Amino acid sequence: MNNQLKKQPTFRRELYQRAVLDSFVKLNPRWMVRNPVMFVVEVGSVLTTALWVQALFGKGEAPTGFIATVAIWLWFTVLFANFSEAVAEGRGKAQAEALRKTRQTTQAKKLKTANRESQYELVASASLRKDDIYLVEAGDVISVDGEIIEGIASVDESAVTGESAPVIREAGGDRSAVTGGTRLLSDWLIVRVTANPGEGFLDRMIGLVEGAKRQKTPNEIALNILLAGFTIVFLIVCATLLPYSLYSVQIAGKGVPITITVLVALLVCLIPTTIGGLLSAIGIAGMDRMIQRNVIAMSGRAVEAAGDVDVLLLDKTGTITLGNRQAVDLIPVNGVPAQELAEAAQLASLADETPEGRSIVVLAKEKFGLRGRTMGSSEEAPEGMHFVPFTAQTRMSGVDFDGTSIRKGAPDTMMTLVQSNGHPVPADLQTNVDSIARAGGTPLVVARNGNALGVIHLKDIVKGGINERFAHLRKMGIKTVMITGDNPLTAAAIAAEAGVDDFLAQATPETKLKLIREYQGGGRLVAMTGDGTNDAPALAQADVAVAMNTGTQPAREAANMVDLDSNPTKLIEIVEIGKQLLMTRGALTTFSIANDVSKYFAIIPAAFASTYPVLNVLNIMHLATPQSAILSAVIFNALIIIALIPLALRGVPYRPVGAAQLLRDNLLIYGLGGLIAPFIGIKLIDMLLVTLHLV
Amino acid sequence: MNPYSWFQLIFYFVVLFLLVKPLGFFMAHVYQGERTFLDPVFGPLERLIYRLGGVHADEEMNWKVYAIALMVFNVLGLLVVYGLQRVQGFLPLNPQSLGAVSPDSSWNTAVSFASNTNWQGYGGETTMSYLTQMMAMTVQNFVSAATGMAALAAMIRGIARHTTDKIGNFWVDLTRTVLYILLPLAFVLALALVSQGVVQTFSQYQTANLLQPITDASGKSVTTQTLAVGPAASQIAIKQLGTNGGGFFNTNSTHPFENPTPFSNFLEMLSILLIPAALCYTFGKMVGDTRQGWAILIAMTVIFVALLSVSVWTEQNGNPAIAKMGVDIQQSNINPGGNMEGKEVRFGVANSALWGAATTAASNGSVDSMHDSYMPLGGLIEMWLIHLGEVIYGGVGSGLYGMLAFVIVAVFVAGLMVGRTPEYLGKKIEAYEMKMASLILLIPVFTALVGTAIGVLTPAGQSSVLNPGPHGFSEILYAFSSASGNNGSAFAGLNANTPFYNTALGIIMFIARYWLMIPALAIGGSLARKKKVPASAGTLPTHTPLFIAWTIGVVIIVGALGFLPALALGPIVEHLMIFAH
Repeated sequence: MNNQLKKQPTFRRELYQRAVLDSFVKLNPRWMVRNPVMFVVEVGSVLTTALWVQALFGKGEAPTGFIATVAIWLWFTVLFANFSEAVAEGRGKAQAEALRKTRQTTQAKKLKTANRESQYELVASASLRKDDIYLVEAGDVISVDGEIIEGIASVDESAVTGESAPVIREAGGDRSAVTGGTRLLSDWLIVRVTANPGEGFLDRMIGLVEGAKRQKTPNEIALNILLAGFTIVFLIVCATLLPYSLYSVQIAGKGVPITITVLVALLVCLIPTTIGGLLSAIGIAGMDRMIQRNVIAMSGRAVEAAGDVDVLLLDKTGTITLGNRQAVDLIPVNGVPAQELAEAAQLASLADETPEGRSIVVLAKEKFGLRGRTMGSSEEAPEGMHFVPFTAQTRMSGVDFDGTSIRKGAPDTMMTLVQSNGHPVPADLQTNVDSIARAGGTPLVVARNGNALGVIHLKDIVKGGINERFAHLRKMGIKTVMITGDNPLTAAAIAAEAGVDDFLAQATPETKLKLIREYQGGGRLVAMTGDGTNDAPALAQADVAVAMNTGTQPAREAANMVDLDSNPTKLIEIVEIGKQLLMTRGALTTFSIANDVSKYFAIIPAAFASTYPVLNVLNIMHLATPQSAILSAVIFNALIIIALIPLALRGVPYRPVGAAQLLRDNLLIYGLGGLIAPFIGIKLIDMLLVTLHLV
Repeated sequence: MNPYSWFQLIFYFVVLFLLVKPLGFFMAHVYQGERTFLDPVFGPLERLIYRLGGVHADEEMNWKVYAIALMVFNVLGLLVVYGLQRVQGFLPLNPQSLGAVSPDSSWNTAVSFASNTNWQGYGGETTMSYLTQMMAMTVQNFVSAATGMAALAAMIRGIARHTTDKIGNFWVDLTRTVLYILLPLAFVLALALVSQGVVQTFSQYQTANLLQPITDASGKSVTTQTLAVGPAASQIAIKQLGTNGGGFFNTNSTHPFENPTPFSNFLEMLSILLIPAALCYTFGKMVGDTRQGWAILIAMTVIFVALLSVSVWTEQNGNPAIAKMGVDIQQSNINPGGNMEGKEVRFGVANSALWGAATTAASNGSVDSMHDSYMPLGGLIEMWLIHLGEVIYGGVGSGLYGMLAFVIVAVFVAGLMVGRTPEYLGKKIEAYEMKMASLILLIPVFTALVGTAIGVLTPAGQSSVLNPGPHGFSEILYAFSSASGNNGSAFAGLNANTPFYNTALGIIMFIARYWLMIPALAIGGSLARKKKVPASAGTLPTHTPLFIAWTIGVVIIVGALGFLPALALGPIVEHLMIFAH
């Protein structure tokens, strides 16, 4: 979406036109005073402009043209800084607007009365209000949080709880709440909406990218203090330079004291205008980058904290493993031939549309060369075949044909079935079931006519490449913790396979909250994703809490970010955006201060040329004249802001390497670069000024 | 430079670094309230002092209470020093019957000694009675040094501890510093100095017959000379160890009775940097990671050695203007060569430059040569070491807490560059710490530059200048820099014992001492309250060569940016003028 925006030339032109206009509007001193560094530049601009007016009346302290040029470039310095902020704001606003339009909505079957047979109306889930009633049928996604009025069904809540096994939800009792974003696997439910959908997230987001409403973040405040400190130092340096100059003229007996114009020019060159001018744009651009990835941050503080995160709590399902389990092995028991088990398992799963069922058919085909009897859809069942779907009551599924009945289901249910048919439970059944569970898998037992044939090994499939990602995170100093509802054995097996640092098994909202508190007690910053209502306490406790857009209202309110894509892996990207934001601030601060060295070499010999010509030894850039030296420094100082706007908006690239290496690289680029670049830049501008006979 | 000079410089650093760990380790024990081998000697005395003073030694203070206790003690000390000078004429131990010191000079000296600056507008042997020297000067030499070290100890505790607001007990820190660290060291050093011929006596000034009579200005023949003596060794030991620098005699450690031999010179130089350097190890020990202490010590040493080398080089090269007069400034076996103006022949160029660098780096201020007579670049190095904020070793305690403010700024920017909100030793550096660290960086720049501006603008400031041209500007700049850095050394060309300079420098010394110390305590108090973030691979390491280099860069850049324009109008232009002709 965002890429489309960028490609539209008309859009870009409008954006920049608007930004240019805003740059002037922002000259309002009441606005400027929020940024002490740029406010000083504005005061300097006013002062030099006044000096220029004075010079027009023939009482100038320096040539009129010189004062005018300095004044103009000082005004440009302020305007360029304002422009950077305006562009960042404009982009953010445009992105938020586009998001508002394209926001994903699911459809809900709204009912007028709580009656399954009554006519439903398809509406957008976002339009559902509290106390509305809607119908959910097998395969539907539950739109919003609600209370079951009628029905019993199995629900896949893996997206919320991380538990991959389906759970039973029914009207009345403790299990009557359903969560938005979960999926109905069987049966149907009638649900009453308990919460209004999220309102105003986007409005809040737009507020965050608009400079006027934006609150400074804690780190931004601290950096501003440092920049203000530097500004005061340079104010003192420049203010005391006038008396020093007067005294020097007196004792040297020649030359003229330094002019106010030159002092103001020196001051503006020295104070950290590069970072001071771009600081606001950097913060806004951080928010912009969040929106580009369809993440809405509730505060700038949260984006900053994301860079600091030490511990990532990741839900197993959907983040570390694929949402559903797959069959990986078929183990016959009681001497049953493997081929026979495979055939039975495949037959029992032909009509099973769940990913697990599909994977059984595929496994039988690949491992035993069995082609499904019906490779079409289940409606085309062969003559005499009757499929028994999974229901919450029976908790098994299968097929009946020619007097044969094949069933598959959870071990405990199936063992009851075998025993109720008067057959003995084979001795090796239990051991196989146990060993699969121990290895982190889920066993399914297959029986034919009440006789146990064997066990299907269903396994959580760890996402490809996730191992490397965790290794990267480890290098960044971030610890990953897998959260799962599975038992500790299963959890340990998956944790080892995925390469996470730690895991929390049989997680409940309470244990999650406790875990977060423990980490925080140890001084760590914790990030997590969540979407269930029962995640809300943990989300509220976590330092960076990302709620899925499909999540429940309480979860979204407790979180400080909402992911519109509902992609739990995005937490990693969020951390990187946070780090980028902080790195950009640090890099430009270093650059800005390192720049000052060259400016001294340009301005000091020029400023005292008449009193101490011998100081020209310091003019190592061999700038043409004192005036061209001062102008070149001022012009460079203004242009560097424009040149760095793209970097401020894009952010310094982050690579997942250790802190030591990051520091080395950034110091080389922005520290050493900041030291050297202005020498070249100022010299080039000086040569240009001379060539154009402007000085 | 000849091999002997090289050897002496290297030998100095080897001995200094060998002493850092044992002394630093011992001081960490003292500040952590643990038993030391001196307990049998001073333990009972320590407890007696607490009983007499009503101090509850195990009750710790938060930073505000600590700061109040510190200020009360220092202001009272300041008043005592002032009072003693004003009434010394009526008090005993005054064999020369010296009268009351003028109010402005008394104020200046009182602030100067309380603030560990030891700027001396007066000449000791012609102004102060023995009682004033001992009860005011020597006592302040101990307690002003102990105050700085106590403040540092409290700040370190703040960094080391977590989730508490207690950072120690000022009275305990003060007492233990004096009893266990300063007294024993000063005692040993004083004995060693006496062995070299430093005087220690209560008798009155001695009269000696001149071998060769001379005639004075009025044409009278002079056959005798009065030799000032006194209880010097004891004061000299602590003035060196406590980075005080206030000499017993007017000419400080150039005086043969204050610093008679090359060996006494070595001991006194060693004492200047001994405690400030060892405190770095103490810091590392107390925060539980000695690498952190070594990192800071290395950063200081790299800057020091680099600047010292320039100073030795420029002094050894000598003054071309002198060479033109036909003076041989080439070094040879019979000629030390170089710029020997203002230097003692028994010390030579290398040892004088080393002392000059050490005394300005460490906020000591004692001299064994005259800084005013250094080459412009040599003088620039000395002035600039003060301008760097007196953090290259710095004063006892004050140097390291100043350096820690620089480290906090370095950590802040570097921390951002690795993509985290900055933290130092597990503590988040936030707005409050930045505010306090900025104050510590800002105030010396403010006082030095604004003071100099007032000096060059007012007739009272200008009239004290002895030398014409840029050197006169340097003299004023040096005086205000020295006061701002609580250093105390001077470019002797400036007559600073005037009401203007006494008052102005007194005010600046007071501001520069306490407006830095209180923010340092505030940083300690704020960090103590925070949680400790455990280190991970994403944490900025603060002990690596890279971080050391970065810290050096921050110290140099801040120092250069603040003072380069002023230095350009003083020593730099003077240097260019000398070498342009």
